[in-house]
Amino acid sequence: MIDNGYSASGVFGLIVLVVIVLSTLLAPFLTPYEPLAMDYENQLLAPSFAHPFGTDLFGRDVLTRVLHGARISLSVGILASLLAAGPGLVLGLLSGYYGGWFDQVTMRLTDLALSFPSLILALGIVAILSPGLVNVTIAVGVAGIAGYVRVVRGSVLSVKKELYVEAAQAIGCRQRRIILRHILPNISASVLVLATMDVAWAILRATSLSFLGLGAQPPTPEWGAMINEGREFLRRAPWVSLAPSAVMMLAVLSLNLVGDALRDAMDPHTNSH
Amino acid sequence: MLTFTLRRVLSMVLVLWGVVTLTFFATRLLPGDPVTLLISQGGGSAEDIADLRERLGLDDPLPVQYLRFLGGLVRGDLGMSLVSRRPVTDAISEQLPHTLALATTATFLSVIIGVFLGVLAATHQGTWIDQLCIALSVLGVSIPILMSGLLFILLFSLVLGWLPATGQGSWRHLVMPSLVLSLASTGTIARLVRTQMLEVLPEDYITVARAKGVLERVILWRHALRNALIPVITVIGLQFGSLLGGTVVTESLFSRRGLGRLVVDAILWKDYPLIQGVVILGAAIYVGVNFIVDMSYGLLDPRIRRG
Repeated sequence: MIDNGYSASGVFGLIVLVVIVLSTLLAPFLTPYEPLAMDYENQLLAPSFAHPFGTDLFGRDVLTRVLHGARISLSVGILASLLAAGPGLVLGLLSGYYGGWFDQVTMRLTDLALSFPSLILALGIVAILSPGLVNVTIAVGVAGIAGYVRVVRGSVLSVKKELYVEAAQAIGCRQRRIILRHILPNISASVLVLATMDVAWAILRATSLSFLGLGAQPPTPEWGAMINEGREFLRRAPWVSLAPSAVMMLAVLSLNLVGDALRDAMDPHTNSH
Repeated sequence: MLTFTLRRVLSMVLVLWGVVTLTFFATRLLPGDPVTLLISQGGGSAEDIADLRERLGLDDPLPVQYLRFLGGLVRGDLGMSLVSRRPVTDAISEQLPHTLALATTATFLSVIIGVFLGVLAATHQGTWIDQLCIALSVLGVSIPILMSGLLFILLFSLVLGWLPATGQGSWRHLVMPSLVLSLASTGTIARLVRTQMLEVLPEDYITVARAKGVLERVILWRHALRNALIPVITVIGLQFGSLLGGTVVTESLFSRRGLGRLVVDAILWKDYPLIQGVVILGAAIYVGVNFIVDMSYGLLDPRIRRG
């Protein structure tokens, strides 16, 4: 890759992401249809100018539903990631800064949680909480906590050795002030990178769970539920399933590309090659 | 080697015990009584509820239930399914072969294709072949099963008509699902094999082998690959976990029977003993595979055996 300060794939990811977010926010103005409005005279229409992504079994405009679905999926992804980041940050900061038995216990639990495939972990939590979109968000969030703990703890350990932390300790700063004012700002870059990628993973997991029938239920315009609905008539109208899954892939891919670019930009070591 | 094995077995048992304990208490301490739910769905009286509770032993104190559950587990008894009223082990052993066939075929495919792509890329470093292999592996890692599965069904079943889209029975039903499931691990393995091979190829013993006039083919596949494979084995173990997770989505997408469908239905029906059974089995398979992986280091690298 040419090292001129930015990465082409990162810029591409950012553009795609901005387009998706903008069209999600402007969804009601971009299409004349309602996501739930049925139209039995226009069932399973092929893509056309009036319906760029065609219509589904109930004559609903697929593009409209995909755009409204993006609202759900992006919010679920961001909420789940925040839900994971909160406890993950607290546990990681305490565990990394204080060490000792607390660190030992946290790390054992983290290793245990990380040793499970995250989709299975989320599936298990949904099983306990009972199915539904809110519970899927909680489950995906909780399943993501361990990932944050590990990264935050690692960053704290490397920052803790820095001279400015030692200086703050030497002049008698309180522990809380050291953690919040000296350590937290200096690990925020790696947390931001992780959060970007975690939103992508959260979207993917939540969509998968809804596809399995454990999250959003029809007629909610959620990507996973839409893919599942369209599966029945894949031969006659492949666009019903393909459109939401393609947009989901674009969203996940763009978030990952942006995350990659952020990491490269913030870490001078990986920038050099 | 013996103490190494014993320690691994011990930690394996500990992890499994943790999983068992966690699922046991998690499914019981949370609100919502499965029996009440079950009876109200089927339409039954308060008497039926009391009767069923007693038969399932749900009236005993939790520690007693826990010990009884552990005792049953040791004897291979996972309790009764609340919905089908059959032993959980029966329901699981019916579905397990389907999922195992899918997961092992996918693992097999990802190792073969991944190693092949990785070696191909490493031996053609910097050429368009290398670029193509890298691009393919990135694509494999980043495409979600929900996307690749749909595209495969469209192309190979609906357009070309080569393979059946759904169901199971013959090996032709297994090709598409296992290929789709394998894509992510294939990409990961290909990239890893490429970097490992690039590290191993400049080593002295490769140069020596070349100087002795050993066939290039033998150098590549016997001398170099064998040493490049050790980290790959670890990744296969780790990948097997996400593969197991992937089977749930894959089975649903291709309408295949298996543990994935079983557990999703169990969750929708709140069939706690069945959920618990599948979770414990899943954990056991995953931990077991990683145990085998740990053990296989010794076979591949004699230095670890001695250490």
